[in-house]
Parts: sequence; structure tokens; C-alpha cells
Amino acid sequence: MTDAHTSGPFIAAIDQGTTSSRCIVFDKDGRIVSVDQKEHEQIFPKPGWVEHDAAEIWANVQEVVTGALEKAEITAADVKAIGITNQRETTLLWDKNTGEPVHNALVWQDTRTDALCKELGRNVGQDRFRRETGLPLASYFSGPKVRWLLDNVEGLRERAERGDILFGTMDSWVIWNLTGGVDGGHHVTDVTNASRTMLMNLHTMSWDEKILQSMEIPAAVLPEIRSSAEVYGAVKGGILDGVPVASALGDQQAALFGQTCFAEGEAKSTYGTGTFMLMNTGDKIINSYSGLLTTVGYQIGDAKPVYALEGSIAVTGSLVQWMRDQMGLIKSAAEIETLASSVEDNGGAYFVPAFSGLFAPYWRSDARGVIAGLTRYVTKAHIARAVLEATAWQTREITDAMTKDSGVELTALKVDGGMTSNNLLMQTLSDFLDAPVVRPMVAETTCLGAAYAAGLAVGFWPDTDALRANWRRAAEWTPRMDADKRDREYKSWLKAVERTMGWIEDEE
Amino acid sequence: MAKNIQSLERAAAMLRLLAGGERRLGLSDIASSIGLAKGTAHGILRTLQAEGFVEQDAASGRYQLGAELLRLGNSYLDVHELRARALVWTDDLARSSGESVHLGVLHQKGVLIVHHVFRPDDSRQVLEVGAMQPLHSTALGKVLSAYDPVAHSEVLEVDREAFTPRTTTELVDFESLLDMTRARGWAADVEETWEGVASVAAPIHDRRRMPVGAVAVTGAVERVCPGGELRPELVAAVRDCARAVSRDLGAGRF
Repeated sequence: MTDAHTSGPFIAAIDQGTTSSRCIVFDKDGRIVSVDQKEHEQIFPKPGWVEHDAAEIWANVQEVVTGALEKAEITAADVKAIGITNQRETTLLWDKNTGEPVHNALVWQDTRTDALCKELGRNVGQDRFRRETGLPLASYFSGPKVRWLLDNVEGLRERAERGDILFGTMDSWVIWNLTGGVDGGHHVTDVTNASRTMLMNLHTMSWDEKILQSMEIPAAVLPEIRSSAEVYGAVKGGILDGVPVASALGDQQAALFGQTCFAEGEAKSTYGTGTFMLMNTGDKIINSYSGLLTTVGYQIGDAKPVYALEGSIAVTGSLVQWMRDQMGLIKSAAEIETLASSVEDNGGAYFVPAFSGLFAPYWRSDARGVIAGLTRYVTKAHIARAVLEATAWQTREITDAMTKDSGVELTALKVDGGMTSNNLLMQTLSDFLDAPVVRPMVAETTCLGAAYAAGLAVGFWPDTDALRANWRRAAEWTPRMDADKRDREYKSWLKAVERTMGWIEDEE
Repeated sequence: MAKNIQSLERAAAMLRLLAGGERRLGLSDIASSIGLAKGTAHGILRTLQAEGFVEQDAASGRYQLGAELLRLGNSYLDVHELRARALVWTDDLARSSGESVHLGVLHQKGVLIVHHVFRPDDSRQVLEVGAMQPLHSTALGKVLSAYDPVAHSEVLEVDREAFTPRTTTELVDFESLLDMTRARGWAADVEETWEGVASVAAPIHDRRRMPVGAVAVTGAVERVCPGGELRPELVAAVRDCARAVSRDLGAGRF
């Protein structure tokens, strides 16, 4: 569908996500012209293992690109550049001579490297590589996944050492295939994706030889690290033949970029199943003492890289789903607001959804979920309210940690993701943070970020100021709660959090 | 296909009409909405009442859905579901029109604003979610009154206050306004509620083709209505948006 407001030329963005691949075409104002999307199979070979079929993903990517262009009724000639954003950390090894993956991709959620990570920590523990990489040794990150594949796929290590095998996160896989694959495809990754491998040194922005040695990963498999916004090569073949491939950003970093958080101290929070909050820390690599991750925010061409602090909340939207699917208290996710709005407050109840332990800033794996403060007065509506408040308080804990680590006070929080349609949650968030909460007009900030970076690389947009000018406020919630009440409530929440700890006595 | 039983079809139509939030309808409203003689309608309603599917309010004599039916399945559309479905489309409407967008539903003889998208400029604006607007003078209220029989019966009861010299207050004039709204599929409010403000609204239907809400674009009268004429592309954009949300709710193309 095109109308008078969306005349070419355009920028296309591919979002290779955890559950689906999407392609969105944007116009110069950053408005969506067309969208196409296709889900791919989630493969669970064992409990805790999650895999994707990379060949299926590549086929889907080609399909949604074609779909989006057809819906927009445009051709490659109308598309000035294509940008990539992707699920982070998901790890693939493939044969560079045949283009065939040697194994399914190991998805970021896959926990098969738990034991390996403990082993890699040796006598130092989780923080063995934190100074270099900004990350704790955890099963999410790519390095240990590469090691697992090299150890477990027969003959792979020899082939890798011979130089026949390429490693990449999904950005690398998509770019390599787009730019020709076995026929001269470019084997590259960007700084944001590289910063999630646990193999890149944040200070030098290059692969860290010591870590490679520790993890026994041959350098020959690694892609070249490039900036997030530059032309990596041109598409070879297919519907986009000749179009420059001009950006790559991990999904959360792309959302930071799409929300135009270009100044130090600006932050965005994406509310989905879980929640990811990133704060721009400028050119400073801030070591977190509060359990946050230090990561690369983005790098535009030859400019200096911009760093970020990241805090994630494991259970937010999924708590609402749990209320719907496991408790049966609501029939749809949106109904949580109806139920919660039927009462004035939480009735004294607090819900800490530490379903698999407490994450940032506590990192207590011995914690389990708790509903505290129950009396006969409490109804399901109060519990619904406590569910929404849990998301808001957890955000407050992350922002407090960010302020503590960076010394920068949060001035406003830019939000996106599905849960931003929940008006009560957004108001509660503003009340608890004591800061304005702002929703932008384009909800698809992830794809928009990739499109913006690609557009900058080819001069479609002149600079980040032009992108800022595109940003539109769709709604803003301002704090209405008085400070006394906020402090009292926060204290009660923290008491409830305390009660989750030490539940699991002997961890297997 | 085998011939269907007419009285059951009529009963189903009545139940559909009564299904919704707090809906109470008089006999004549029900009869005229379905196109039946009052006597026929009354017979069907009595039967439904005996089965517990319909209840009659003792004081007003109006009908509403019975507890038995609510037990069988409470299926009215949650307004927060409506907002979640409308989010993308209303964002796009605000962006393309350059004006603010509101989503309204019928609530206690007025229009409850359930979603509000700011006008896309950098001006300070306050979120109006939760505010109430009058039924008889706003574009949202007129659309709801034209399409939703419950809203219609309520707007006839309320005091139709003249907010500005342009507010339509006479019943006959108001009814012909609703006829026009139904005929063209949209309603306008040009300085009938607030001086200097104009808006255009269109109805949102759910998968049963029931009117569940309305969407409106609102802005300064000079921009929305330059030279006294509503901008036709604005009308088209509002109707496109309403249709898109309706499609998302499962309503067929129309």
C-alpha cells in the first residue's frame, strides 16, 4: 500500500529475529511503507536446547524481502540500501565452499554451554573475561557455543583449522548469503554483534587472541569486524540485485538507534516477553559493579564507537502470559489492564516473578517467585495490579543500577514493544521511575534502527540530527505519584524481593 | 444449504444486539433495529426471557442479556484489546494526517477515550486516555450514536447541551445528522463542541459486524477544515484506519 505520503526512494531493513524474519520498507520520513514476515521452526532437541535451521532462515529472509517489495510495489531501483538487524548471540558455523551449515544454529536461549561456561571460568569464575568483553561467562554468548560445536561435530575442528569453516551470528550469515555466498560473499560482522560473542575486546574492537586461545577457537573461522553503518558490499542476485548492504546491528542496539538515543544518558526499554533496557554511555566503557552488561551501542562508519550499559528483565510480558495460560485469570493479555484497573491499588500484594532466579542487579540463582503481603482482602484484581507493578519496579531497579554505574541520572525513558499498549503499565512506570515515559510513533524501532544506519551509510539521511527530526512522540506519561508513597511502595517491593532469595538450597 | 429457522435467526439477532458492555434496550429499539413488528419482537423476547437468555429491568422495562447467557460465554470486546489492535493503525493515521488521533467507546452515556496518539509535532500535549466526551456533539459520539443502538437510545435521553452556537440540539436535526452519518459512513464535528476545533470520525466493527468503537482525527479548524470544507483526504484516511482496525478484529472486508 502506497499513498501520497510515501514516495520513493526507500530503505529496506531485514529483522532476522528469534521467532520470525521480517522485512520492512521505510520512506524518507521513517514511515513504514510495507511489511512482510515469516516465522521459522523452533527446534528443541533436548530440554534447555534451542536450535534454528539456518537454511530455512535464509529461505525465509529471501521470501520476506520479495514480499515486502511486492507489497510496496517497488523494485531494487527504488531501494537505496538494505540494513540488517538480528537476534543476538545465536551462533552458526558453515562450510565456505558449499555454503551448507555444519549444524543447526545454536540459539541464544540454548543453555547447553552452562557446564562449559563454569569450566571456562576456572578459578576466577563468571567474571574471567568481563574486563575485556564487558560480559559475564553465561550460556547466552556465542564464544562458548562455537567451542561446543567444534568439540561436538565430528571432524569440524580439523576442517575449521584448514580454513574451510566460517563462524557468524545471524547478521554474518544473512550478509554472506546476500552478497553472493559461495560466489564471493563477504564474511563480516558489526561491532555490536561482535560485542556479544565474548571474543571481542571492547577496548581494541578486535578479536582477543588470549580469549580465543582460552576457548580454543581458531581465528580462521572469524568474520571481519566492521562498523554498524557502512557499505559491506552489494547484493548479488535475487530481487535486490545491486543494492548496497549497508548496516548491521544486534536487535536491542538497533532499537536504541531507532529510538534515536544518540546522546550520552539517553535510554530505551523494549517491553516484550522479557525486557531489555540500554543506555547510551558515549565513548566510555563503563565497568558495571551492579550486574549490568557493558556492550557496544553502535559505530557509524569511521566515527568512534558508542558504548552502552544493558540491563535485562527475564520475566515481564511472560508474567502476563502466565496469568493467562497457567492461572487462567484473564483470557487475553490486554485484559490484565481491565482487571488491574478495577481496583485503586495493589491491596498490599507484591509479586516478584523470580521464576528462574533473580537477574540484574541481584544475580541470585537460588531465588524463586513470591507473592507477598497476602491478606483476605486481596482479590485477583490486586494480583493483576501487582503483576504490572512487578514490571515497573524491575525497570526501576535497572535504572537505579545504571545511574549508580554511570553517574548519569535518567531524564526520560523511551519505550517500545508490545506492552506499551498497556496504558496503566506505562503510567505506573512513570510513577515508579519519577520520570516521563515516552512512546515513539513508530513501534517498529528495531527495523527502523537498521534502516536508519543503512540510510546514513549511503547518504540517504545526512546525519543523526536528521534522524532525530524524524522522531515523533506518540504518547507521554508523566509522574503523578507523590514521593512519600513511591518510597513506601519501593521499600515494600524490596522487602518482597528479599523473600525470594535462598529458596533453592542445593543447586544441582 | 438447508432452510434456516426464521425465529431462531431473529432471536440470535436480538442477542447480538444486546451483547456488549452494559447494554439495556427498549422493545421499540430492538424491534426497529431488527426490522420486526413490536408484537413479533415481544414474543421472541418473552421466550428468551423464560430461557434466562434475556432479563427485563423491572424499573425501566428494558431488556439486557441474561445471566444464563453470560454463563455460556462472556465475549464482549475488551477495550484494552481494542487499543492493542488499533495501536499501529492509529500511529500511522496521526503520522499521515499530522493531527492527533482518539479512539472512543460508549461508556455511561458518553464517549470514553481509550486511546490517544499525540499530534506529531514537538508541542507539549497531555494524554487524554480516560477522559469523557459528549455523545451528541463530537464526531466520535455521533458515529457511535449512528451505529450502536445502545448509544442511540442513550443519546436521546441525555441533555443535548449547546456547547457552541453550532451544536445541534434539536432532536429532528440530530436524527437527520445520524441518518447522514450512516449514509456516508463517517461523522464530523466542526466547532460543535470546542471553538476552533474540528474532527472527523469513522466506526470500528468487530467480527460480528457490531460497532465496538470509533476513531477520530482532531485538530485546529483551519487545518482540518480549510475554507469551511473538510479535507477529503483526511476523511479517507480516518475511514481507512477504521477499516484496518476492523479487519484486525476479524471483520470482513466491506
